[in-house]
Amino acid sequence: MTVGQDIFRAAVLDPAAMAPAGLVDPQGRPAGKRFDVYRNNVAVSLTEALGQAFPIIRKLVGQTNFQILAGTFLRVHPPKDPLVALYGDDMPAFLEGFESTRNLPYLPDMARLECAMRRSYHAADSIPADLNGLGAMDPAQLMATHLTLSPATRLIRSKWPIHGIWRANTEKDAPKVQMSADDVLITRPDYDPQPILLPPGGGAFIAQLRTEPLGSAFEAAQADAPDFDLTTTLGLLIAGNAIAHVA
Amino acid sequence: MLDHQTLTLPNAPGVGYKAQHFAAIWEDPGPVRWLEIHAENYMGDGGRPIAQLRNLAERFPISVHGVGLSIGGEGSLNADHLARLKKLVDWVGPASFSEHLAWSTHDTAFLNDLLPLPYTQATLNRVADHIDQVQHVVGRQMLLENPSNYLAFEESEMAETEFLEALIKRTGCGLLLDINNVFISATNQQTDPRSYLNAFPLRAVGEIHLGGHDEDQDEYGVSLLIDSHGAPVVDPVWQLYAEVIAIMGPTPTLIEWDTDVPDWPVLAAEASRAADVLAQVR
Repeated sequence: MTVGQDIFRAAVLDPAAMAPAGLVDPQGRPAGKRFDVYRNNVAVSLTEALGQAFPIIRKLVGQTNFQILAGTFLRVHPPKDPLVALYGDDMPAFLEGFESTRNLPYLPDMARLECAMRRSYHAADSIPADLNGLGAMDPAQLMATHLTLSPATRLIRSKWPIHGIWRANTEKDAPKVQMSADDVLITRPDYDPQPILLPPGGGAFIAQLRTEPLGSAFEAAQADAPDFDLTTTLGLLIAGNAIAHVA
Repeated sequence: MLDHQTLTLPNAPGVGYKAQHFAAIWEDPGPVRWLEIHAENYMGDGGRPIAQLRNLAERFPISVHGVGLSIGGEGSLNADHLARLKKLVDWVGPASFSEHLAWSTHDTAFLNDLLPLPYTQATLNRVADHIDQVQHVVGRQMLLENPSNYLAFEESEMAETEFLEALIKRTGCGLLLDINNVFISATNQQTDPRSYLNAFPLRAVGEIHLGGHDEDQDEYGVSLLIDSHGAPVVDPVWQLYAEVIAIMGPTPTLIEWDTDVPDWPVLAAEASRAADVLAQVR
């Protein structure tokens, strides 16, 4: 009786399956609980990895529900490669269709924010650009300038107050969460990613900045929010060491 | 910066590196002379993990220990992962590079556990080919770690030690002897750990692992030990370690503690105990 890895894998991911025939204890009896050790290791280690990746989701649904959620997720979306520190990129899409958390409609966006925080943490290092030249430019020159954001910079745009919910779950005296549509900028000034709430128009501005010159991004931001404050938004990028290159 | 490519691990204690111990190790590593990292935790593009490793690698010999290559996998090795491993080994310049006799990936699903293999000629051919490929791509010898076993395959045709002996001969790889795994497997399979060690090709061992395990029972009430790396090394494992060191002489020895990681002094005390054993044969 040979036990192929397809059979082993199917049984290890299925809590209801019997241990495959051909796996035995020292007396030659079916492996039973001995096989469960592997099944348990797989589920526990991947649940733990997901808990590390999504601490806010875990807090929002509670530890017991999170274990159920993770147990369902890992069987549908086992990791595709050995970088477990990045496991869970499919979580936002999974949560979109997960019946049990329908009452928390902001959960997928919160998962996006947590994925982005983690990607930022592991992103390449970069040296902040020298921005002294910007001050000397005339307005036309300035508006034609391209700013390249550092690899650790991320933008998450949500129709939910995800920044407020983030703060409420990570800060001791956080303000009460108000209904808002949050655009969150993630910068990594040193080694720790920081989620920063952008002022009105800030999300549209940074989304454009990735491909367009400063002037086009400014116009997009003003179209989104007529009172867009360029100085404040640029200040957030500069403080977060998020501008890697000026051209 | 020292060129660690030319070094080997010192015949002294090392520990599995945990980020929370960075400051303590930097200030006073005590008996610890080298560090082991899990390769997969340092395959990001940058940030704190890479920065810490860069600092540590300037001061300590590093052992790069892979946990995700799935050398025993029925399919091809993950080429992207192998390339990441090569990149890591190239910049770290480790004093040792090791992986496991196990599989973890099948059909693109990575199961994050070291899963067991039947010891057959077909498995031997496959594992040997994969080791050849890894050593060729990474460009250096690999140490292969013996697994902890909870069950057996009816189809197995040879003992684990015969299997390992054949792999060394075919691939020129070395071995990483995990004595906690030996103790776990022997208990779980109701065999004698000393018979296993007598048959083990000690001449190929480049590193020893010591770690803790959990105690459980199977459905018949028979003792079932589970590799957890979450507890102190037990006395019977220390005893086996002393016996192996008496035969082998001083050998690089790692204390592994990966879950419920204790404060640095607890880990350093385990390393001191290994240093004491090593000192007996100096």
